[in-house]
Amino acid sequence: MMLNPAVHARWRKGKNFFMLGLCFLSAAAAIVPLIMISYYTLSKGIGTLNLDFFIRMPKPVGESGGGMANAIAGSGILLGIGGLIGLPVGIMAGIYLAEYGDNPFGSAVRFLTDVLSGVPSIVIGVVAYILVVLPMKHFSALAGGVALGLLMIPVVTRTTEEMLRLVPVSYREAALALGVQRWKATLRIVLPSALTGITTGILLALARAAGETAPLLFTALGNRFWSTSIFQPIASLPVFVFDYAKAPFEDWNRQAWAAAFVLILLIFLLSLLFRYVTRSRYGER
Amino acid sequence: MASVDFLEPQVETMNPPQEHDHQISPPVPETAVVIAARDVDAFFGKTRALKGISTQIPAHQVTAIIGPSGCGKSTFLRCLNRMHEVAGGTMKGSILFDGIDIFDYDPVVLRRRVGMVFQKPNPFPTMSIFDNVAAGLRLNGVRDRKALNETVERSLRQAALWEEVKDSLTKSGVSISGGQQQRLCIARTLAVDPEVILMDEPASALDPISTAKVEELIFDLKQKYTVVIVTHNMQQAARVSDYTAFFYMGELIEYDVTKRIFTTPKHKKTEDYITGRFG
Repeated sequence: MMLNPAVHARWRKGKNFFMLGLCFLSAAAAIVPLIMISYYTLSKGIGTLNLDFFIRMPKPVGESGGGMANAIAGSGILLGIGGLIGLPVGIMAGIYLAEYGDNPFGSAVRFLTDVLSGVPSIVIGVVAYILVVLPMKHFSALAGGVALGLLMIPVVTRTTEEMLRLVPVSYREAALALGVQRWKATLRIVLPSALTGITTGILLALARAAGETAPLLFTALGNRFWSTSIFQPIASLPVFVFDYAKAPFEDWNRQAWAAAFVLILLIFLLSLLFRYVTRSRYGER
Repeated sequence: MASVDFLEPQVETMNPPQEHDHQISPPVPETAVVIAARDVDAFFGKTRALKGISTQIPAHQVTAIIGPSGCGKSTFLRCLNRMHEVAGGTMKGSILFDGIDIFDYDPVVLRRRVGMVFQKPNPFPTMSIFDNVAAGLRLNGVRDRKALNETVERSLRQAALWEEVKDSLTKSGVSISGGQQQRLCIARTLAVDPEVILMDEPASALDPISTAKVEELIFDLKQKYTVVIVTHNMQQAARVSDYTAFFYMGELIEYDVTKRIFTTPKHKKTEDYITGRFG
């Protein structure tokens, strides 16, 4: 039976419109949670958000006002230590897996990295506790940083590998055919081509680490006072939120909301910064 | 277009085709041989892509390699500068470049002397036009700004691209047209000053006008370089090359002066292929 072209075209266009609509709605649904979370935390915490909140220290119980300058600085220091451990190891492991990892050792590393990324963060915290807290005999920013670094490694490793594998083999071959050593071709040609993707991986890892609470509870512990020493317990935003949200004071609860919002804001700003720094020089990929 | 006029190679009247030692080669004087292959077998895993190729490539000539898809012509080309092993292939037999076995060279050194242009234009996307041409030198440690400037201009002129891009050297290497990108890739290869240039179907992804430009360029290049070009376009082989080799099913069937291959081929298979009966 022949199809009537006009009817068939209408049916086809109708289907097309329907499916396109579904895709659009799904895309919209993907950003709805972020908008809702931002709105909710902001509306609950806005009353507490002022300049003091960013530059003052927490006030003792019973006094209102105060801020969480120590927690912001603490989160920064913890992320810094975590990044110093997690990013170089993750990126170099990713390079190894993508460029030289087609052997049993590479497969083993790949599999174990996947397992590691599935390990609950509190278990990673226990590991950092055994590795750092027990020998030092006290909680410290260093221990928290090690825990966050361990959490970052699998995420960074796998995204780096995936992104390097996406770089067309023709660039690699072009570089080799010019008489360029393999490691140089990787470093100067392949890695820059994959930079946008690797940056996304780094961001995901940093954002995940920034929001982690569980592994910090028995590594960095928390600190109500200003401290920048990596050998002392240190405050952090997630632990601040955790402590203040479960506290029986309404004022503290509001500050927890505000801190949650600030945490989201910081990750957002970090993303923007990374995008700007690694933007493609020619505006294309 | 100059390159369409077929030039008779000067060596045609010299010694007759050498058939000894199962080598298939056109009449090339010993002194003019730049690459000599002996019993070359190439493999991808267990698949044998080349079967006992023994032949010679003459210096300062354009040698075309033709044959149907899968006949091993690209594989043979990639064996010549050891790019075959980069794709995970293995090779048996020997290939002498400049009298020395290619496996006695550091591959980095070999590839600097035996450059390659690929089928699809592949300028480095993160680099400007200038940086693309300078890449080979820079990545090998050349820092001298003046030397780089000179080399980039010379290479772009040789690749007949200078006039088109001289005012936009800082633009992205992938912002120009496909034909320009391919000439950029040729300039990038020329910049490291190789002796042999291997071209793997360099015009197959280009429009007719760009193709004509690349062909003209190949014709000019043989003054300074030895060119080996793989093509599935027989007219192109006839237009640009001095010698033509016909590969079929991993074997070198016939290899002679281009004019003879296209007018009086000795083998039935060659004749069938060039008259379009298969392939």
